[in-house]
Amino acid sequence: MKATLLKLTRSHLFWPCVTLVLLCLVNVHFNPGFFNIEIKDGHLYGSVIDILNRAAPLMLIAMGMTLVIATRGIDISVGATVAIAGAVAASLIGGSLVIKEGVQTYVSNTPMPLAFAAALFVALLCGLWNGLLVAGAGMQPIVATLILMVAGRGVAQLITEGQIVTVYYEPFFFIGNGFIFGIPVSLYIVAAVLGVLLLLTQRTALGLFIESVGINPVASRFSGISARALVFWVYAFCSVTAGIAALIITSNVKSADANNAGLLLELDAILAVALGGTSLAGGRFYLIGTLVGALIIQTLTYAIYSLGVPPEINMVVKAIVVFGVCIIQSPALRDLLLKHALRSGGPA
Amino acid sequence: MNLAGTINTRTLPLLVTSALFALLFGFGSVSYDNFFSVQVFLNLLIDNAFVTVVAIGMTFVILTGGIDLSVGSIVALTTMVTAALVEQHHWSIWAVVPLVLTMGALFGLLMGSLIHYFRMQPFIVTLGGMFLARGLCYVISIDSIAITDPTYAAVSEYRIAFGEEAFLSVSAIIALLTLALAIFLAQYTRFGRTVYAIGGNERSALLMGLPVGRTKMLVYTLSGFCSALGGVLVTFYMLSGYGLHALGLEMDAIAAAVIGGTLLTGGVGYVAGSLVGVMILGVIQSLIAFDGSLSSWWTRIAIGVLLCSFCLMQRLLERGGTNLGFLFSYWKKPEEQADAVK
Repeated sequence: MKATLLKLTRSHLFWPCVTLVLLCLVNVHFNPGFFNIEIKDGHLYGSVIDILNRAAPLMLIAMGMTLVIATRGIDISVGATVAIAGAVAASLIGGSLVIKEGVQTYVSNTPMPLAFAAALFVALLCGLWNGLLVAGAGMQPIVATLILMVAGRGVAQLITEGQIVTVYYEPFFFIGNGFIFGIPVSLYIVAAVLGVLLLLTQRTALGLFIESVGINPVASRFSGISARALVFWVYAFCSVTAGIAALIITSNVKSADANNAGLLLELDAILAVALGGTSLAGGRFYLIGTLVGALIIQTLTYAIYSLGVPPEINMVVKAIVVFGVCIIQSPALRDLLLKHALRSGGPA
Repeated sequence: MNLAGTINTRTLPLLVTSALFALLFGFGSVSYDNFFSVQVFLNLLIDNAFVTVVAIGMTFVILTGGIDLSVGSIVALTTMVTAALVEQHHWSIWAVVPLVLTMGALFGLLMGSLIHYFRMQPFIVTLGGMFLARGLCYVISIDSIAITDPTYAAVSEYRIAFGEEAFLSVSAIIALLTLALAIFLAQYTRFGRTVYAIGGNERSALLMGLPVGRTKMLVYTLSGFCSALGGVLVTFYMLSGYGLHALGLEMDAIAAAVIGGTLLTGGVGYVAGSLVGVMILGVIQSLIAFDGSLSSWWTRIAIGVLLCSFCLMQRLLERGGTNLGFLFSYWKKPEEQADAVK
């Protein structure tokens, strides 16, 4: 019994899950109906579903970010990528009013699959650009992605011509607001991406390769891993997840705002990865942990809203969480605790 | 040969930057009427005084090989605290300014200590600082607070005339004084030499017995102080405090330092270069404003393109060659070294 408990606390998922449960308890305390789930209009409806649905874009981006951080990198351009991909999707779909058989309907300017493909392709291009700068030119990841972060919103403004592009085409709203079998569509997308990633990183050697590049790029190169190509494609993948998230976000708010779409999303994504137990110094990564981290952030936001505190306080709380998580993760604190434990005579 | 290469690496970016500035200014003078005047040049200093001050602090941080993402939000927090104290509590400007400067320095010191004592990565700590400072702005007020204090307005409108038609504002003078002090600090003091040594190789600096930890903490303190000073200059410029002031300023400051020739890996660069970097960003803005037909978001794209090309140039110079092939040799480094040993 004790051994199982010890094993449980050692698990990387233990602390993120404890945090999430505590946050849920706080929510239940202030809002007793927090866990209630009803069926309305044939789909599930409730706070938990709402949190899951709203956390979906963050979960997607954080998964991509997990891989990037695992290779000892960072991608701070995901917010800008979301803005660009969202702008492309919204401008291509748009929606113009036509009267079909006496009924007013909106049709998309370009076929929707084509618009999706275009948005994802543009996101991929952003990722390839980042990858080229990091893996090709050998720039520091934070600086290489800073370039796209600076220029990206300008590019997005260029696509939307400085306007907020509103989408009127009904079928497009399905991704962000729709339900399949009562569950939000966005969650299926998250599940699909997670499934593919888990398959690739745990059933093939890819996960091991990524970790080894994160631990020591030179050594992994010498052992025959093409580290450059790996890092290159990891950045490309991260931007594609940002592209998918952009489709969900754009569909959810039915418009693309080049200035504010995905603003500060990169920070949330990094925070989610850190909360999930992945070390920011590279190496081991935990995809499920990242998902829990994203849920923690969204639940925290929800709790702050339901407490009636001004939502702006959210940033202060997040900052304190960032500091807390980093201090807990820091080797210096572990050394300190270890020293303390040794001095008090008991085994750690 | 090797020595010449080193000198080139150190000074070439600065030379390229200065030439680029002259080129851009020349282009403006030829293309637009009234562009070529002393006042347009001085306006660059006036309009970008706060960016200059912030970029100076950032340069020191980058010289040690670190990065400070919190500068923009510290600027915003400073404007907010200043506005709240002056407007809502009717404090004197002479009490408020020293207070906010101390606050900025302490904020920097806090981040510096976290980086040093807990061995945390600078970008994640300053990212947290960025959140914290912006959040604290909104705790004070969500709306913008206008500053109507007469002393403030007087300082803000005061102009120091040079000859007939040229003048500078108080902010620009403060920025230039800060620059002079920073150059002295970087080039002629023990602190400055330690900063360069840490950027060159932190372990060697430690083995040489230099106070690495203390200097790193001081550098972030300095950056916090410069950001707070930048914030004070913003209140002179805008006469208001607002949580959304200086959004994205950290990017401009980093871009200015890089364009000014400071190596992002640390150890190489000049504080004066950052002034030229800021001026280039200013000229681009002026050019776009003079043109009138280009939208303002072209500024962001232009800064991004400049940042990218200067970063690539740095990579090239680091490799010490002009062959483009060297640009892509990051992952080959150990092998090359092994070859060199053979």
